[in-house]
Amino acid sequence: MPNYRIHKTEYIDETKRVSFKYDGKTYFGYEGDTLASALLANGIHLVGRSFKYHRPRGIVSCGAEEPNAICQIGSKKDLTEPNVRATELELYEGLEASSQNCWPNVKFDIGGINNFISPLIPAGFYYKTFMWPKSFWKKVYEPLIRLSAGLGKSPTEPDPDIYDHKHVHYDVLVIGGGISGIIAAKMAAKNNLKTLLVDDKKILGGSTIYQNNESIKIDDKLSSEWLKNEIQEIKKLSNLTIKTRTSIAAYHGYNFLLAKENLTDHLPEEKKKNKIRQRLWKIRAKKVVIATGSIERPLVFNNNDRPGILLSNSINKYLDYYGVTCGENIILFTNNDSAYETSISLHKKGIKNIIVDLRKSASSELIKQADSLGIKIYFNHVVTNTFGYRKINSLEIMKLSEDGNTTVGNKIRLSCDCLGMSGGWTPMVHMHTQSGGKLDFRDEDQVFLPKENSEDQISVGSCNGDFDLENIIDKTVNKINKFLDIDNQDYQDTKIICSKENDKRNIWLLPNKIPLGKTKCFIDFQNDSTAKDIKLALKEGFRSIEHVKRYTTTGMATDQGKLSNMHALGIIADTAGVKMGTLGTTTFRPPFTPLTFGTLVGRNVGKFFEVVRKTSIHEWHVENNAEFENVGQWKRPWYYPKNRENMHNAVQRESKAARDSAGILDASTLGKIDIQGSDASEFLNRVYTNAWSKLAIGKCRYGLMLNEDGMVYDDGVTTRISKNHYLMTTTTGGAANVLSKLEDYLQTEWPELDVYLTSVTDHYSTASICGPNSKKILNKLFPNLDLSDENFPHMSFKEEKLENISCRIMRISFTGEQSYEINIESRYGHSLWKMCIEAGKEFNLTPYGTETMHLLRAEKGFIIVGQDTDGTMTPSDLQMDWIVSKKKFDFIGKRSLYRSDTVREDRKQLVGLLTDDPKEILEEGAQIVSDVKSKPIDMLGHVTSSYFSPNLNKSIALAVVRSGKTMKGRKLIIPMENKNINVTVSDTIFLDKENKRLNA
Amino acid sequence: MFLINCPFCGERDQSEFSSGGEAHIVRPKQPTELSDDEWAEYLFMRKNIKGVQFERWNHIHGCRKWFNVVRDTSNDKILSVYKMGEKPPVNYK
Ligand SMILES: [Zn+2]
Repeated sequence: MPNYRIHKTEYIDETKRVSFKYDGKTYFGYEGDTLASALLANGIHLVGRSFKYHRPRGIVSCGAEEPNAICQIGSKKDLTEPNVRATELELYEGLEASSQNCWPNVKFDIGGINNFISPLIPAGFYYKTFMWPKSFWKKVYEPLIRLSAGLGKSPTEPDPDIYDHKHVHYDVLVIGGGISGIIAAKMAAKNNLKTLLVDDKKILGGSTIYQNNESIKIDDKLSSEWLKNEIQEIKKLSNLTIKTRTSIAAYHGYNFLLAKENLTDHLPEEKKKNKIRQRLWKIRAKKVVIATGSIERPLVFNNNDRPGILLSNSINKYLDYYGVTCGENIILFTNNDSAYETSISLHKKGIKNIIVDLRKSASSELIKQADSLGIKIYFNHVVTNTFGYRKINSLEIMKLSEDGNTTVGNKIRLSCDCLGMSGGWTPMVHMHTQSGGKLDFRDEDQVFLPKENSEDQISVGSCNGDFDLENIIDKTVNKINKFLDIDNQDYQDTKIICSKENDKRNIWLLPNKIPLGKTKCFIDFQNDSTAKDIKLALKEGFRSIEHVKRYTTTGMATDQGKLSNMHALGIIADTAGVKMGTLGTTTFRPPFTPLTFGTLVGRNVGKFFEVVRKTSIHEWHVENNAEFENVGQWKRPWYYPKNRENMHNAVQRESKAARDSAGILDASTLGKIDIQGSDASEFLNRVYTNAWSKLAIGKCRYGLMLNEDGMVYDDGVTTRISKNHYLMTTTTGGAANVLSKLEDYLQTEWPELDVYLTSVTDHYSTASICGPNSKKILNKLFPNLDLSDENFPHMSFKEEKLENISCRIMRISFTGEQSYEINIESRYGHSLWKMCIEAGKEFNLTPYGTETMHLLRAEKGFIIVGQDTDGTMTPSDLQMDWIVSKKKFDFIGKRSLYRSDTVREDRKQLVGLLTDDPKEILEEGAQIVSDVKSKPIDMLGHVTSSYFSPNLNKSIALAVVRSGKTMKGRKLIIPMENKNINVTVSDTIFLDKENKRLNA
Repeated sequence: MFLINCPFCGERDQSEFSSGGEAHIVRPKQPTELSDDEWAEYLFMRKNIKGVQFERWNHIHGCRKWFNVVRDTSNDKILSVYKMGEKPPVNYK
């Protein structure tokens, strides 16, 4: 096996050999490696296939910007993870990774055929090709795309890992632990500011930490040695927290940031167990220092995507940090000085290399150094083509014309096994722009930079466009002193020697003799968009960068265009003949690198996902076989199946029992608001449509509450307990909103009212007993209570003791039966319920759930707010004009009841529907029409509630129908998928219109 | 994510609050006197300014008090907070 690890470094522990599997084959690396460095040490460059053309692709970078080396980790159904960048994944014993996007395998790839038909796959090809014929989409295109262009596989079983959230507050947050971040953190912490320094790598130091060029020195030491000393220093600072393997995912307003800390991803399987995998930090910082550095740009030339073509600085890092060389015969292609550092470093380790430089000449210290070492430099030359299928084996260069627009002279063919490219540096301004900051364009080196720094945020170092070391240190120190309003002198005498870049030449799309249409000059490696695609988009009329981006999919892959956005902009600017700075950039959206769902969700999984509210009687329901329904956060018994009954049969049985003898419902979930104060009656007058002043103490009244727009908002019964004391009930789902709405009016519109509201929903449990035998059961429970209709009539209230515990009993009915709601303090709810069941045994007292409750009330035509109403129904639409007071001067929503729109006669109005076939049950939500022949069919309304009534032995339904009030007796049609159902409009009350049962 | 200075509790995270839209829209004292247009003006019309805007906020997961906020919607900076019933600060327009 080849070994490209050619020298020892302090970051690779060669005493700790690590075995790992890649695409099923076992390899070895060392502790300290990333998967990418270990693969390169084994001579493996080819790591995947491109998305559209399925071209072989190799490792390009050494960091978060990696577009190609994307892999799937593990194969377990619950733990496998897609889209992991091999350049960031730390190697551990037993790691199993596979290349993505290369079915059936990386070496023989069926999708590679796309490469030969690529003229057929132009920009916007997904929009163009797959639009026609329509029927092909589902059967042909989609499965084909999914199969051959998959971006990894999601786990199919729940994630067993533990994730955590942490909230922290700091005076100063420093993002990025490179040289400028370290200086900033030290200055802040030494000045007694509580400081947090985060860096996404395993160790601090950024790219300076492996810098070993003799011409770059700080205080007469190699810059890397100097920085190591600084790191030792800051580790001693007590008010500095350092978090490595931690990356900022999002920078929100008010200096609120989210960071992801990786805790176990670098550990072998057995050491991961029972530990927190990742932690989401929610950081509030008074001040933020952004020191996120910059990333190297590729160059755009024909066939710039072959395996073995990397960013020049990445070659340097693999060499000096990991001890791995990316080739033995390397060519560096550059437009700036930084590739020379790589070249010199390679040369010193005995790796043959030559430089192709776009610039006509250059004269910095680094260039003199390379020259004196005898490194061959081709100035004013450009790479025009590369060769080699699975890995680069040679390339062609040509001389550039004076203006750089064309090539001149003869091709020179050079052999190589690796090409490093450097198109300059792009400051990482993501954090600045995510926080809302604007950018300026600097023409001199074609970079976008933070425009202004606010008083609570600053960018320093190369993310602010300061590239040479002297600039970085001096400017960082000055800016931080000013930003934090301190006077730190630590770096005043620091002596810096560095090479200064004097010459620049930037060409976004490099010239070529071959027509552009026949080249493959890749801009976005992951999404396979080329310079040709960008030009085509412009030709087709796209101008905005946001549109070009979407049309060509440039910058839309998982790397979010970290390497491609600048080139796309540059080519657009050049083609359109405008200044790049005027184009603006695309939006940098969080997260900076992908986040796992686990990190976002944290501990809020399983039973912690959402709050579950249970009544005090819940255990009884469970023991008695109840099926539950979610109503808001509440678990409510839905029905109680007996002897394997299905839902229909259970509901029929429960409904019949409630009307024939007695039924009991757990009504504890209804919202309960305690209202007290000398203006309580006036308050109710204002919030309900009906009048409340004359309600006698000990009486109950039903009320309808509107929004200010006149639409029904909530309903419920309110009881007058004493002169200035009422108990309001609301719907189960509306309780919290009703309380908030009432508080809003009290605090903001009517602060003069003496009214106090308290939610007592959870304080009382409610057992509601209904049916012709309910009175008898009540009598057993409360033998001293006079239950006669004279003493305790319908819509009244009594307070009575059950044993020693006081109960509030309301004689109110939502079923049309004689009915009592017994309220007791919640801790006694379970006992009360059991006593009711015991007392009701001889009367076949049947527990019923929400479904039966809905059926029973529908028989009586009582509405359910939210089911029969949808925020567009007025009381009149519901045929409930009787509840709207004509006399009251004002109440919430009153004025809206006679707006021109609310008095329209053709509004949708609540009606009853009876099916011609009494056995036919309508579907809730079904459309209602009068004529199915004329097209388009005129929709009149829809069914809101529908049941089979066992008490009437026929199907009944409520519906909203246009002009429904005038339609009683009309025949209408419910068109269903396979038949039309004939119905007749009826009254909304189906049972006991005379209310005889209330007093039976 | 804003930090909002509740006049009753102090600075708290935005997630504790709910927004109640434009402030200083007074409910008409005699709605029945209003024309449809006048009532619609109260009911539906909101300014939705880009720039300095007066808003109602409720510390719904805290003290549950309503109060007013002056916010620049162009940069989300909260310029001032004051209690219900208090006059808006004069230095903002
Ligand atoms: Zn508060």
